[in-house]
Amino acid sequence: MASVIFAILFYLATLALVVGLLYRINIYARTPAPLKIPTTPAPITKAGVALRMAREVVLFESLFKANLWTWSMGWLFHASLALVLLRHLRYFTEPVWGWVVLIQPFGVYAGLTMLLGLGGLWVRRLFVERIRYISTPSDHLMLALLIGIAASGLLMKFVAHTDVIAVKSFSLGWMRFSIQPLPADSLLYLHLAMVALLLIIFPVSKLLHAPGIFFSPSRNQTDNPREKRHISAWAKQLESESDK
Amino acid sequence: MSDITAPAYRVIPIIPALKPGAMEGKGPFVASDKINEAIGFPGQLVEDWHDRAIAKMGELLSKYRSFRVFMDACVHCGACSDKCHYFIGTQDPKNMPVARQDLLRSVYRRYFTLPGKLFPKLVGARDLTREVLDEWYNYFHQCSECRRCSVFCPYGIDTAEVTMAAREILDSIGYGQKYSNEIIGKVHKIGNNLGLPGPALIDTLEGLEEDVKDATGIDVRFPIDVKGAEVLLITPSADFFAEPHIDSLIGYAKVFHATGTSWTLSSMASEAGNFGMFIGNYEQLRKIALRIREAALELGVKRIVVGECGHAWRVAYSFWNTLSGVGDGADETDRFAMMLQKQLDHRYKQPMHICEFTWDLIERNALTFDKSKNDKYIITFHDSCNVARGSRMGDFAGGQFDIPRNIIKAVASNFVEMAPETIRERTFCCGGGGGVLTDDLMELRVKGSLPRMEVLQQVVDEHGVNFMATICAICKAQFTKMMPIYGFDRRMVGGVHQLVSNAIILGDK
Repeated sequence: MASVIFAILFYLATLALVVGLLYRINIYARTPAPLKIPTTPAPITKAGVALRMAREVVLFESLFKANLWTWSMGWLFHASLALVLLRHLRYFTEPVWGWVVLIQPFGVYAGLTMLLGLGGLWVRRLFVERIRYISTPSDHLMLALLIGIAASGLLMKFVAHTDVIAVKSFSLGWMRFSIQPLPADSLLYLHLAMVALLLIIFPVSKLLHAPGIFFSPSRNQTDNPREKRHISAWAKQLESESDK
Repeated sequence: MSDITAPAYRVIPIIPALKPGAMEGKGPFVASDKINEAIGFPGQLVEDWHDRAIAKMGELLSKYRSFRVFMDACVHCGACSDKCHYFIGTQDPKNMPVARQDLLRSVYRRYFTLPGKLFPKLVGARDLTREVLDEWYNYFHQCSECRRCSVFCPYGIDTAEVTMAAREILDSIGYGQKYSNEIIGKVHKIGNNLGLPGPALIDTLEGLEEDVKDATGIDVRFPIDVKGAEVLLITPSADFFAEPHIDSLIGYAKVFHATGTSWTLSSMASEAGNFGMFIGNYEQLRKIALRIREAALELGVKRIVVGECGHAWRVAYSFWNTLSGVGDGADETDRFAMMLQKQLDHRYKQPMHICEFTWDLIERNALTFDKSKNDKYIITFHDSCNVARGSRMGDFAGGQFDIPRNIIKAVASNFVEMAPETIRERTFCCGGGGGVLTDDLMELRVKGSLPRMEVLQQVVDEHGVNFMATICAICKAQFTKMMPIYGFDRRMVGGVHQLVSNAIILGDK
């Protein structure tokens, strides 16, 4: 029974994530950027922009300039999360890819550092007056949710082992629309339920910062307004009226 | 006004504690019916302001990717929270960039996102009430659109874009700001922000020619409306009569004179400033920029050079090509842009900053200087926000920092930098930019200039600095007012071309 419920939950959550994100990304992509507004100094070539974006996405360059505490905790969390996600590929591949096998031990440590990063961010949110002031309940709950996911996962690794072989056959089956039994483990249920919730809220929450950064005109525009005329469709329409 | 005193310097520049409500109700004067209607806005707050404001927000969300993405992407990380000069100076938490944006974002969430419609409390969403509207008016006129926050935001969220959107919404429902809207009216009616009519301008320029003749014995000309001149100079109207601005205008004229460049001003476009940007209104931004296009076409000039003005240079550099075709690289089929682009000489950058113009000549050894004329000065340079974070000079990223400094070093011997975290792209706004250079916002201006004044005090104490050069008309006007309040001489601020003017040798070549 639980297997069916979770299978359906994850179909729906995945659908919500994919459709929601595509919808949002489509809006971002279609909305014009009528003016050149890169925060300067900005790259003057496309390759330079790609490099700037890469530094921003991989290293959090601007945040590094802003605040070392937020940067170190935030970067630690995101890098750890990336490793943890990659480690989880083993549940979706058979045979498991060589490099995924290789990073397994790092993925475990990453679970711990992820928790550390999240804790650091929450401490900042709770105890720095300015950050507490700007925090909404959802900001705290988001951290709680991520901490819950990381903690339940780590507990299954270190304290109350779950039957990972069965989990894997469930996830492999899920991908082929064939529902396999999920171990009856409340910690696992909790872990999966929270992950599903995260997927569902992703496209309607501040987690949109992930696709958003790629569309941020202050970061993704080339600094060449004098060399190339930049004009949006709606702005061009104003012109025909006053064309001399 | 006179009872406003400078806040105390922070002993160590720590982030100040919050003082909620410190700047509540301290916004600027509201525009009158006449002022609003003159530029096509409703005279006063319309009855159905709520619905029209939400509709306008929806319209802007569909027209500006920046606004759309910036409403969604913020994670409340707080990277920007201590970066705004107005927050540092006033300690009002709503002057933190993120909190300022949230005044608008909370309403966006309520009306345009699912969680905000379902669980407003949870995600910090609010109904648009009259209180919220007044809060918008108050705090979106305590932002100078200087973009300092956008340097530090991990997603590049630029509060200036959010402020512009908020002001655009306010104007669309008849709740505009007196200062900016009145000036926009003047630029359309008279040709410049200061309301200096053509004949008075011609008079002023003739007077200047006499002054320079008296001082140097040389006939330096200040031509206006000369058809067929090579260079059209577009400069802030403050350069025509305000102190210390006028000394830089003399500097530009001497550079033109020394190289025998034929140049002209335009009475129709006797203003570089473009307050359309401050109110975030594309139509106004465009309409004001079109005056320059018209003047350039009419006078048949080959080059367009822009004087020392911060936001004007951002508009000229970043927006003119888009708005009016002053630039290069338009499509062959783009008739509107090609009409002007065919006329301009593309061996030169179009438009060109006066500092690029002068530096280019210095590099080619076309100018000679007597540096000792500036020996009485120990000089520092204040990067103006719009130049630093919204434009460029020269051929490489960051030329907007190096070129003015290079000029200063070429014409003077004593130059020192202020604290590294307050210069170049991290520079602090003077406290008067973005449409707040008005006496009804004096408290904001005084408090907002604190971060700059603190580091100026440092170089005064350590190096004996007695001149702060800058290339922005608003910076010059704001600092002239702030200097005495902070215990400095008001003549300590001036333009880069003022220093050029002091040192340039006008031979007969």
